[in-house]
Amino acid sequence: MAVQTQQKNLEGYVGFASLPNQVYRKSVKRGFEFTLMVVGESGLGKSTLINSLFLTDLYSGEYPGPSHRIKKTVQVEQSKVLIKEGGVQLLLTIVDTPGFGDAVDNSNCWQPIIDHIDSKFEDYLNSESRVNRRQMPDSRIHCCLYFIAPSGHGLKPLDIEFMKRLHEKVNVIPLIAKADTLTPEECQQFKKQIMREIQEHKIKIYEFPETDDEEENRLVKKIKDKLPLAVVGSNTIIEVNSKRVRGRQYPWGVAEVENGDHCDFTILRDMLIRTHMQDLKDVTNNVHYENYRSRKLAAVTYNGVDNNRAKGQLSTKSPMAQMEEERREHVTKMKKMEMEMEQVFEMKVKEKVQKLKDSEAELQRRHEQMKKNLEAQHRELEEKRRVFEDERANWETQQRLEQQKVEASRTLEKNKKKGKIF
Amino acid sequence: LAKMSGGGSTLLGYIGIDTIIEQMRKKTMKAGFDFNIMVVGNSGLGKSTLVNTLFKSQVSRRSAGWARDEKIPKTIEIKAVSHVLEEGGVKMKLTVVDTPGFGDQINNDNCWEPISKYINEQYEKFLKEEVNITRKKRIPDTRVHCCIYFITPTGHSLRSLDIEFMKRLSHSVNIIPVIAKSDTMTIEERLEFKQRVRKELEMGGIEVYPQKEFDEDMEDKSDNDKIREAMPFAVVGSDKEYQVNGKRVLGRKTAWGIVEVENPNHCEFAQLRDFLIRSHLQDLKEVTHNIHYETYRAKRLNENGGLHPITCNDTQESNL
Repeated sequence: MAVQTQQKNLEGYVGFASLPNQVYRKSVKRGFEFTLMVVGESGLGKSTLINSLFLTDLYSGEYPGPSHRIKKTVQVEQSKVLIKEGGVQLLLTIVDTPGFGDAVDNSNCWQPIIDHIDSKFEDYLNSESRVNRRQMPDSRIHCCLYFIAPSGHGLKPLDIEFMKRLHEKVNVIPLIAKADTLTPEECQQFKKQIMREIQEHKIKIYEFPETDDEEENRLVKKIKDKLPLAVVGSNTIIEVNSKRVRGRQYPWGVAEVENGDHCDFTILRDMLIRTHMQDLKDVTNNVHYENYRSRKLAAVTYNGVDNNRAKGQLSTKSPMAQMEEERREHVTKMKKMEMEMEQVFEMKVKEKVQKLKDSEAELQRRHEQMKKNLEAQHRELEEKRRVFEDERANWETQQRLEQQKVEASRTLEKNKKKGKIF
Repeated sequence: LAKMSGGGSTLLGYIGIDTIIEQMRKKTMKAGFDFNIMVVGNSGLGKSTLVNTLFKSQVSRRSAGWARDEKIPKTIEIKAVSHVLEEGGVKMKLTVVDTPGFGDQINNDNCWEPISKYINEQYEKFLKEEVNITRKKRIPDTRVHCCIYFITPTGHSLRSLDIEFMKRLSHSVNIIPVIAKSDTMTIEERLEFKQRVRKELEMGGIEVYPQKEFDEDMEDKSDNDKIREAMPFAVVGSDKEYQVNGKRVLGRKTAWGIVEVENPNHCEFAQLRDFLIRSHLQDLKEVTHNIHYETYRAKRLNENGGLHPITCNDTQESNL
């Protein structure tokens, strides 16, 4: 039964209008995370563009970018940097793909990239399904900048293959690299050609969302007309008309990076960082991640009947039961640990008991020995005592005899005296 | 009276031996000559534009009717287009051989094979004509005299495909590497890139034209050394004209300036043109004929004992 929500007017100031402020304060404290992936052949200026976008030397002399190191196979490399601005903290992760499209045979050079994206999704899925979810680091790729070489003709087969395979996994934003190669007319034609080919192959690049705000809509429309964005990157500062700008110095002029007439760098920067960063994260979470998740879990329940014994990635139970299983696993692990500890404990106890028994026996022995000694002594003493008693008895009898004798003699004497009388 | 002796002898009067140069010149002018140039590189590097700029006319395949945004072909094709250019009474039959589809696929293994096959086919054609009993007065020369290889201006180093191609073809044809679309790079980046490319070519043992081993004398050597130091040339091509300082120049107009194609401060196109056309054109043909073609011929004649069928038939015919 649907609950009817009515709109009521407030009669005074309640204060929940400050809710956005609270959210803002909380998020600022928490800080933000953003993961950006750059893909393109080597030498298209990816590292320079990243340095220009975030005004840091992510790739500098001491830590040269992947382009300066020759790679034989496609690698996927991550670099993290923590940027602070106005009290807001951003943990920026750049995922680079050196070696992409550089070999003679580039079939399947997109596979390591797809595997990397899927593994990040899987990590997130696993951490979401865990019982204890306090820390859930979001390392999913929020945006993939794809660099197109400025040939002026159209997309290469490699470009088309790559974008076809990745447009459903990640937000793909195609860029025309090194745009200072093209004159304005060539650039226009090139862009039209690329958009035509993108539509022809039904590639779904990142779409800027429509908003209710009129002014924002106008901006969004302006951006849409200029897709794909033609960018130039540079971190060298040059003086032009007594103004210090970032640009590239040629004998025939200076191509300014932040000049809207020269290239679309400012549009890219504003879009990527100032207006649409959160939207990119949302689309990744709500669309790409959900796609991945439903695909993965659907595969699980579909295969559940057939592969009962399948171990490894596909579990054979529904999410709830998977949680149960996880818990059971955890419990069995604990039990095992407990058992092990108990065993160890028992062993120790046995040892101790044995030791104690031994010492007890020892003591007992000693005790007996002492007792024997004592008894022996006791007997000895008894003997002595008997002997002594005997002696005493003898002496006493002797004494008595002596006394009797003395008494007898005395009485005799007495009698003698008396006798005389008579 | 001139004396005939082995060593140089002083002439006692004017004979006119030096007019032989004039006679040769007249003959060459009447006969005209062939020049075949091949351009190899990824699509979109400005190959056709450069050829048009070099010969100041619309000689590339593009002008022969193919559209600009033609789809990249699935396999490598070899397309040859010929034009006859005339200048100062001298006729030149210029053939531009284009290789669309090179290096554009996802899997570029052996993409140099069709090109190698084409080059060898031209040698084979020439060889067959040469071996004929009744030879034509002037054998049509379709051999590739010069192959311009376009390097992508990544700013870092040569790609594996570049090295593979040049390694395999530097022994059968004169390769001249150029850095395409060099208005991508600033002057410092360009210098660095050129140095690195030269080093990589050296490390790979790749001999590009002008090859060191074919320098004939000190003068040649010093000239060619200067050129070798400046190679690979960083070029920009354009067939559009703009007004700069009251002059009409070929160039590319960007929002921050006009890149002048023939301005030596901007790019090395003028150097390439002088080198290719004004000083070494004949040398290219000679090296192709005397060295690359001879190598091919020797190899061919050593295997299977040579080309029997043609000579046998002709002998029989002539005997009858």
